[in-house]
Amino acid sequence: MSSSNKLFALTGLFDTPDEIMHAAETASKKYRKYDVNTPFPVHGMDDAMGLGESPIGWVTIIIGSTCMLLMLAFIAWVSLVDYPNIWAGKPYFNLPGYIPILFEVTVLTGAVSTVIIMFTIACGLPRNSHPLHDTAYMQRTSDDKFGICLEADDEAFDEASAHELLTSLGAKKIEPIYFDAEKEKSGLSLLNPWFLGFGGTVAVGMSVFVYLAFNYMVFEAPYNWMSVQPRVTHQKSNNVFADGRSMQKPVAGTISRGYLPDPYEKDPETMGKFVVNPLPVTQEVLDMGKEKFESRCSACHGNYGNGDSRLPSDAYPAGPSLHSPKIVDYTDGRINHIITHGQNVMPSYAKQLTKDERWAVVHYIRALQRSQNPKETDLK
Amino acid sequence: MQVADKSTADGIPDYSVEPSVVLKSPTFHDITETIVKPIESPPSFKWLMALAISMALFSVELIGWGVSFYYGTGMWGNNIPVAWAFPIVNFVFWVGIGHAGTLISAILFLFRQKWRNGIARFAEAMTIFAVMCAGLFPLFHTGRPWLPLYLMPYPNKHAVWVNFLSPLVWDVFAVSTYFTVSLFFWYTGLVPDFATLRDRTLGKDLISKVKKTIYSVLSLGWRFSNRHWRHYERVYLILAGLSTPLVLSVHTIVSFDFAVSGLPGWHTTIFPPYFVAGAIFSGFAMVVTVLVFIRYIFDMQHIITIDTLEKMNKIILLTGTLVGYAYGMEFFIAWYSGNLVEQFVFINRAFGPYAWAYWIMISCNVISPQMFWSRKLRRSVPIMFVTSIFVNIGMWFERYVITVTSLTRDFLPSSWGWYNPTFTDFSLLFGSFGMFFTLTLLFVKFMPLVAISEVKGIMDIAKPTHHHGGDH
Repeated sequence: MSSSNKLFALTGLFDTPDEIMHAAETASKKYRKYDVNTPFPVHGMDDAMGLGESPIGWVTIIIGSTCMLLMLAFIAWVSLVDYPNIWAGKPYFNLPGYIPILFEVTVLTGAVSTVIIMFTIACGLPRNSHPLHDTAYMQRTSDDKFGICLEADDEAFDEASAHELLTSLGAKKIEPIYFDAEKEKSGLSLLNPWFLGFGGTVAVGMSVFVYLAFNYMVFEAPYNWMSVQPRVTHQKSNNVFADGRSMQKPVAGTISRGYLPDPYEKDPETMGKFVVNPLPVTQEVLDMGKEKFESRCSACHGNYGNGDSRLPSDAYPAGPSLHSPKIVDYTDGRINHIITHGQNVMPSYAKQLTKDERWAVVHYIRALQRSQNPKETDLK
Repeated sequence: MQVADKSTADGIPDYSVEPSVVLKSPTFHDITETIVKPIESPPSFKWLMALAISMALFSVELIGWGVSFYYGTGMWGNNIPVAWAFPIVNFVFWVGIGHAGTLISAILFLFRQKWRNGIARFAEAMTIFAVMCAGLFPLFHTGRPWLPLYLMPYPNKHAVWVNFLSPLVWDVFAVSTYFTVSLFFWYTGLVPDFATLRDRTLGKDLISKVKKTIYSVLSLGWRFSNRHWRHYERVYLILAGLSTPLVLSVHTIVSFDFAVSGLPGWHTTIFPPYFVAGAIFSGFAMVVTVLVFIRYIFDMQHIITIDTLEKMNKIILLTGTLVGYAYGMEFFIAWYSGNLVEQFVFINRAFGPYAWAYWIMISCNVISPQMFWSRKLRRSVPIMFVTSIFVNIGMWFERYVITVTSLTRDFLPSSWGWYNPTFTDFSLLFGSFGMFFTLTLLFVKFMPLVAISEVKGIMDIAKPTHHHGGDH
């Protein structure tokens, strides 16, 4: 205590709220730098000290509404610019649906910022090195006494007259409080190298951990159980079966659904000779054939089958004209074979067109051939 | 104080004057001593026993979470068609429990209900613990609890943003806001009390020094200065003002999780007020359950008075009747709407295969609180304890009935199903009580259970007798 030699303040303790109110009123007439320490906020003390209303509410209003507008701008950017999606048939920007989020953001930012600014800026906390800490005065005012603290910094302060004032007000205990001016200056500050080093280490460590966790950890066991599942894939070996394969051949004498073999697959001429078009020539069949021809065939063969491809010729060779004598002379079955199994660079269309659709397309090709090169009898 | 003494002395209550919150005419110092006694004295046998039981239950929950974490949500009973079962039931149940804390600390503060001061701190702590219990369920229900970041709108490598129109996203915002604001509210109230504890810790041994350091850090160096109190009181008012609409919004949004979907039995406009009333109802019941225990364990009958508990019971009666009205109104609207599916769902609730759950809900929630019309029963500690437990059971079953009956039997009979909870489900349900009580018991041992400065501020001797130019 020998180094604590500078007078900080003269303090006086009182027993009741009435006495401290009176003391505060009297002190406020003489001093500017003084404070009242009470175990709970005493009603009317702000007026007695002449302090007026706290302006802290402006923090809530300004920060809360600013953050709400920023959130609204963010949502507008997401839903109109960066990620426009129609959800539940609503407009891209659907304000009523954003109200819950905007409200929560307002409350969250308003409340959190108010508390933080109140403690840090309005009250100057956290501060554990104030001269009043660890004094008998503080220990009583945090429990059951009401204290007034006249600071030595005040221009009107004079120890003798302050003592006299406190005595005349009826203070039960008057006590001077000293502090160490040197130590006060060298206390913990935000620029303390230890503090900065510790904070920096924590920040870097956390960043590295978060980076590793989200880029590596979540792809390792056991977090990868959704992408890596114990299952049998067709190329893997398998101990269950005698031949050691995962994928088994169909049972002898059976055919898998959708795999009925085509007896004419390798023999287009026979198909052309013996298979006839089972569909009648009706408006419905021709409409279906037209639709399928235009969506599946016309890209290469042209809308009228003239071989005028719409595709870039360097990447896709143009399909032949369907009006050449060779093709006109083909039977329906022969054309159907080409559609079903492909020919030269033309792939099979068995996956894209059903059996009936293929026959309908054949009828439509016949109609095209007749309309592009009509005979005398076809014309009126 | 005079009034309270008189009414207990001759048994004739005087309803004309608000009875004092704090009995026995203590001094300021007595208040400090009583409240910090559990913190400064060695743990009692009763407390250690309670903690051991709670931690045993808590470890059951931890095993349940570990199993769910490692093997995934397949360990639970929910599947199609009951995709939402115990996890959402427990989530809504615990969030609802939390609502009483905010109601007591914020709404009753705004209404200047001074009786709240004895229980406000505890109720706020309960809010925080309940929301912690609640938050784990949806987190694990996502299937990948290590990726909670995906719930938030942040610039990610998938180039995808969350759907801001989804009630589930509203839920994320609402519950996280609720938790954060409650935590700040609670901590703001604790700061002066930590400072009181700091100034009482004067020992020179190592443990006292460590304690003092912790209290100093937590108290932020609070000096009880009136230049700080004036900001502090205003902030407390602002937080109460912000929390009041917040608490209403949270359970409203939780009810949107159900109400916005098109499922019969969920798709009703009564859900938001009905859920909020139910939340307050269950929360007050939980506060009564735990407070009855705690005032007994820590001998605080004169701070948490029977008058306070009686007022809690009145609110339980009110909200319980509101909830009963909502149950009736659901049936009325199902009939009045003329919607056959809606009508079927409600008849199925009351008389279908889950009728047992429905009638447990009705008898616990609607019938059992009606005994609080009697002043004698309202002031009887054993009665209120049993009733509050009934209410908790009933409110859990309310969410169970809403979730499971609607999902097992919706529009198409071909997609009807059944729900069987698994062992893991039950371990998480009962274990979450273990977590809640463990946190609560640790809180009452290591932090001031009652707001010291607030209780001092409402005592009769705390008010200056003559006013100096104030507005009151």
